[in-house]
Amino acid sequence: MVKVYVPIDSTALSLGAERTAKKIVQEAQARGVEITLVRNGSRGLFWLEPLVEVETAQGRVAFGPVQPSDVAGLFNAEFTNALADKAKAHPLYLGLTDELAWLKKQQRLTFARVGITDPLSLEDYLAHDGYQGLKNALAMSGADIVKAVTDSGLRGRGGAAFPTGIKWNTVLNAPAEQKYVVCNADEGDSGTYSDRMIMEDDPFVLIEGMTIAGIAVGATQGYIYLRSEYPHALKTLNEAIRKANLAGYLGENIQGSGHTFHLEVRRAAGAYVCGEETSLLESLEGKRGLVRFKPPLPAIEGLFGKPTIVNNVISLATVPIILDKGAQYYADYGMGRSRGTLPIQLAGNLKQTGLVELAFGATLRELLYDYGGGAASGRPIRAVQVGGPLGAYLPESQFDTPLDYEAFTKIWAVLGHGGIVAFDDTVDMAKMARYAFEFCAVESCGKCTPCRIGSTRGVEVMDKIVLGKNHPQNVQLLRDLSDTMLNGSLCALGGMTPYPVLSALNHFPEDFGLSNKEAAA
Amino acid sequence: MDNTLSHEQHAQIQAHIQAHQHVPGGLMPLLHAIQDDIGYVPETVYPEIAKALALSVAEVHGVVSFYHHFRSHPIGKHVLQVCRAESCQSMGSAKLEAELKAKLGVDYHQTTADGNLTLLPVYCLGNCGCSPAVMLDDEVYGRMSADKVTALISEVCHG
Ligand SMILES: NC(=O)c1ccc[n+]([C@@H]2O[C@H](COP(=O)([O-])OP(=O)(O)OC[C@H]3O[C@@H](n4cnc5c(N)ncnc54)[C@H](O)[C@@H]3O)[C@@H](O)[C@H]2O)c1
Ligand SMILES: Cc1cc2nc3c(=O)[nH]c(=O)nc-3n(C[C@H](O)[C@H](O)[C@H](O)COP(=O)(O)O)c2cc1C
Ligand code: SF4
Ligand code: FES
Ligand code: FES
Repeated sequence: MVKVYVPIDSTALSLGAERTAKKIVQEAQARGVEITLVRNGSRGLFWLEPLVEVETAQGRVAFGPVQPSDVAGLFNAEFTNALADKAKAHPLYLGLTDELAWLKKQQRLTFARVGITDPLSLEDYLAHDGYQGLKNALAMSGADIVKAVTDSGLRGRGGAAFPTGIKWNTVLNAPAEQKYVVCNADEGDSGTYSDRMIMEDDPFVLIEGMTIAGIAVGATQGYIYLRSEYPHALKTLNEAIRKANLAGYLGENIQGSGHTFHLEVRRAAGAYVCGEETSLLESLEGKRGLVRFKPPLPAIEGLFGKPTIVNNVISLATVPIILDKGAQYYADYGMGRSRGTLPIQLAGNLKQTGLVELAFGATLRELLYDYGGGAASGRPIRAVQVGGPLGAYLPESQFDTPLDYEAFTKIWAVLGHGGIVAFDDTVDMAKMARYAFEFCAVESCGKCTPCRIGSTRGVEVMDKIVLGKNHPQNVQLLRDLSDTMLNGSLCALGGMTPYPVLSALNHFPEDFGLSNKEAAA
Repeated sequence: MDNTLSHEQHAQIQAHIQAHQHVPGGLMPLLHAIQDDIGYVPETVYPEIAKALALSVAEVHGVVSFYHHFRSHPIGKHVLQVCRAESCQSMGSAKLEAELKAKLGVDYHQTTADGNLTLLPVYCLGNCGCSPAVMLDDEVYGRMSADKVTALISEVCHG
């Protein structure tokens, strides 16, 4: 029976994949065509979703985007016989999926299985190199596992880019009866969805990564702190955890090794600041998400006061391939101190959005034009925000910056979690600056004054600037306020809100009613 | 207890409180469980929650009010969340939200007169590759327009 794949990823579903899948099953039954429907993850080519694939002797053949109304036509073209001329003549025929330019040039390490397997099939996972990393880890000492992660050069993909191995080493060396591994799955940044894709489309890789982390540092309990906006990820994770427990990949005596690791998903409740690791820990403890003072670092005193690894989904999901293929294999990708690959998320006003995993070093321009195909509106791209709502806006003159943590720091920008949001020339950058303050005001935890009060004052100042009141004074006020927030905030919510604000002001002064000279003054 | 709650709802809440009483950090999952069933977390049950989890009523109130997701009052039968974050703005979400407010005759945090639908803002649904995005109950929808959303509402909420 020929396999037909229809993604179950949220983005595919948001474009009607469920109805397309139903229609394919109905039509196949009505016509007596025997198919096996597989619900895979998304390949990450969102402009082609729902992307339907058909298995052939030469590999999978893609059709897309397939709406329910296209399904009858596909059957008329005998699309399940996808190598025949009749199927090739169908307007939605795209050819072999692996040969699509978008996918062919990518370096998918963390996303190796995403879109290919059935997310909840442990058999699929094992058949595609799943649990090879754990197998190796079980034969190693904790210190050697940590060393492999350190040697790989992996840095925190949540945005702060702190070396993961060094963090683990701190936890390893902190003596305690109980330690924890916490996965930060709060993914609050606009323009990012790679965490969601991993959780929905390849959940076992996250489970495997967390298990390895637990075994490495001697933690027996793990939590995934999942944002409440991701109901599909919640269902998938819970089901995958159930299956992993049944198969002896979680729980006690994992694969007969004597190691124990329990894993549980905890739902967040819609507070952006709870993505900040200490706020997250407060929330996991059942409290308001007020940011804690650091030190002590969570690695020393984390959840319930115990040594805790807090890592982003992508950091943890990258661990299995490092333990499978070796630290050097991973470190061979990348540039400078940014080793390995980054799952980049193209979002906003682009013709072609989706997931692009590449070694560090590609330029923003390549992403925006070669992959993104320019603005969806057909207008020029004027500004790009990289690294979420706390990231800087970049003008066209900076589009040749390579995606590398240090290169971004050098231009006072943030690579963060790898989200890229494009705006065309209709954007009003003063409005975006105002919005950055507004967002900070809505989401501030309220613990420190520069953020709590500063953000509200920022909205007021922006309103005056937009109205053209006392320009020079108000722009100066804006800069002073930003300075106070940059230097006086306890966490990066208040501390980084000036990035979008000042970058908008500095690169697009005309939107603030200023000439370049006035803006610089 | 609260006389606006049915016997069945009382029983559900009791069961949730018992199930979460000894769970480490159990307050958040407990509040979720209650809101999933009842639609909100009635203030009248704060004392019971507080007692079971060895907290003060003020602490329970503090947690419910800190998180945007939790609410202490009933809302419409369905919930429409419109994404206000940057990626969706770049694809015209400001226009979408204005049109939706006008069509539905409500502002954010308000419920339509028939009690059917509550409109809420949300800051990213993780569907930024298909902006603008909305979420109706537990399903996310991409590349939306006001017309598409109204069609969805009739299908899901009145169908
Ligand atoms: N992914 C998202 O949705 C999102 C949202 C907002 C912000 N961010 C990012 O978050 C970043 C700020 O995060 P932060 O405040 O946690 O940064 P941070 O620099 O304080 O910490 C980074 C990580 O390294 C750990 N660490 C630091 N020194 C250590 C040591 N000596 N030993 C062991 N561990 C150590 C910290 O505990 C933390 O886990 C921003 O740069 C932003 O890009 C991401
Ligand atoms: C306001 C704020 C929000 C954050 N949100 C997230 C988030 O949603 N996901 C995430 O992984 N890290 C987030 N972070 C960063 C975390 O504090 C922390 O650095 C990260 O979880 C560590 O994991 P990593 O080293 O694997 O990146 C946020 C930080 C701040 C200041
Ligand atoms: S900067 Fe803002 S969010 Fe961070 S601790 Fe201070 S008040 Fe809380
Ligand atoms: S629900 Fe988020 S601002 Fe009110
Ligand atoms: S910004 Fe709207 S879904 Fe992410």
